[in-house]
Amino acid sequence: MPVVLLCVVTITFLLIRLSPGGPFDSERKLPPAIEKQLLAKYKLDGPIAVQYTGYLKDLFHGDLRISTKYRNRSVNEILFQTLPVTLILGTAALMLALLGGFWLGAFAAARTGTLAECGALAVTLLSISLPSFVLGPLLILIFSIKLGWLPVGGWGTPSQLLLPAVTLAIPYAAVIARLLHDSLRETLSEDFVRTARAKGLSESAVIYRHALRVAILPVVSYLGPLAANLLTGSIVVETIFHIPGAGGFFVNSILNRDGFLLGGVVIVYCVLLMLFNLLVDLSYRLLDRRIRG
Amino acid sequence: MIFFLPKKARLPAYFLCVMVLAVLIGPLFFPSSYDLPGPSTFSAPELLHPCGTDLNGRDLLLRILEGGRISLLVGICGAAISLLIGTTYGLIAGSTRSGVDNLMMRAVDILYSVPRLIFILIFINAFNERLQLAASRHGFDLLVGSSRLVILILSLGLIEWLTMARIVRGQTLALRERSYVAAARVLGEGYWTVLVRHLLPNLAGIVLVYLTLAIPSVIVDEAFLSFLGLGVQAPQSSWGSLLSEGATSINPVHCSWWLLLFPSMALLVTLLSLYALGDALRRSLQTRQS
Repeated sequence: MPVVLLCVVTITFLLIRLSPGGPFDSERKLPPAIEKQLLAKYKLDGPIAVQYTGYLKDLFHGDLRISTKYRNRSVNEILFQTLPVTLILGTAALMLALLGGFWLGAFAAARTGTLAECGALAVTLLSISLPSFVLGPLLILIFSIKLGWLPVGGWGTPSQLLLPAVTLAIPYAAVIARLLHDSLRETLSEDFVRTARAKGLSESAVIYRHALRVAILPVVSYLGPLAANLLTGSIVVETIFHIPGAGGFFVNSILNRDGFLLGGVVIVYCVLLMLFNLLVDLSYRLLDRRIRG
Repeated sequence: MIFFLPKKARLPAYFLCVMVLAVLIGPLFFPSSYDLPGPSTFSAPELLHPCGTDLNGRDLLLRILEGGRISLLVGICGAAISLLIGTTYGLIAGSTRSGVDNLMMRAVDILYSVPRLIFILIFINAFNERLQLAASRHGFDLLVGSSRLVILILSLGLIEWLTMARIVRGQTLALRERSYVAAARVLGEGYWTVLVRHLLPNLAGIVLVYLTLAIPSVIVDEAFLSFLGLGVQAPQSSWGSLLSEGATSINPVHCSWWLLLFPSMALLVTLLSLYALGDALRRSLQTRQS
């Protein structure tokens, strides 16, 4: 894991520093002396290798340096203010995706071969084809502007959280539903399920108590990629709903060539994802061992 | 050709054919003034402009069709690149010693859980100017105007190969135990000959199925980048950039819903057909094998 993290840091740093044009190019040409002073202040002078090791050293101390666009605000400060917003949005969307996906997947698998299954699968196919940047504006159009039920955007109240979280969650709920449906159908034809049915358990008890525990594994292993997708998706959702999260700063930092802010966002995202993946890995092993006996 | 497809795949296949034809030859039927800024800005759908006009008075239907050219081009080329990388990677992983295989698939697992699109975003924006500069220095004039498109296609192909690699590797693992592969080995054929002459042809079906599933994900990725304003740039437009224009044009004061609705429908129909087609093909392949 530390190796992967080092790779991430290195790639980010190289991509930023090796791209043509510095953060101070877009404005009026500065006098050389002032430019030199600026570069020194933001530690952008000297050979690349020295800059790189210096950056690593600062990172090691937990210092993500200063933003070159939002003068005098440190990256730590910006992330400290914006990251909780992104995390709340992401967690809400994750919960919604899991709840919706589980319900729809179990619903479809319990009705194998009926019209209801076909309908549920068609709904999942439709939802997968609705990426958040299509769904978000459409939902705003319907619920905020035509019906006037929910706010158009912003952040702070639960009603402002609802629409963005749903937008972010729906495509992934559909993916989870399909995964769960496929693996449940396979599990439902196994011997222990037949035994459970022979004992006279009701169909819902068979599914929820016995089959689901085994069928859940593919969904658990999908959680890692899911978290990565949710983080990427949250960038777009934050833009659509004008939410002051880290995603907006990410987009702006690319446009502004704000290297350290960009690096900070990417590195923090990757650390979060890695921790999440570690958690998923551990729980997967736990579940797997329990099933194998 | 469509009649050879399984029944459930035919309807989406028809939809796709219509969409591709419309995008390719549709724009030729429009009067040239439709593409220029006109006097009627933000006019609602009517007989002359069936999808309305945009903020500069250009016809939206024409813009959707022209945007579709870019979106579909990026989707098909990007998916083809991902197919090339994914198949090669999967074939090699599935046919080497298990140690190398483990390492290769572990790398895929890690890449799966990294926000790849974010890195690609930085990459595109970092190297676009450099490519442009190199192209103009060596006299590739065509490349100068569309350098962003080329780099977009390349980099999207570079991130969408993971699923393909996994599927191909799994299939190769199953195939290498077949007796005809063993026979070829015994006959003294080399590693690469077995790979190309015996394994690859038998993978063609599943690779094609996953190609139809890779195209929509590349289209979605491109639309994502363009929506953020970091993908295709004016004067070129794609469905993603049309959508972002549409999203900015709806607000409680002035609501030009058509700018949002029609590009959404175009994207939705295309994605839905591609996913449905891939899904139907995958299922028919599964039942034939079992």
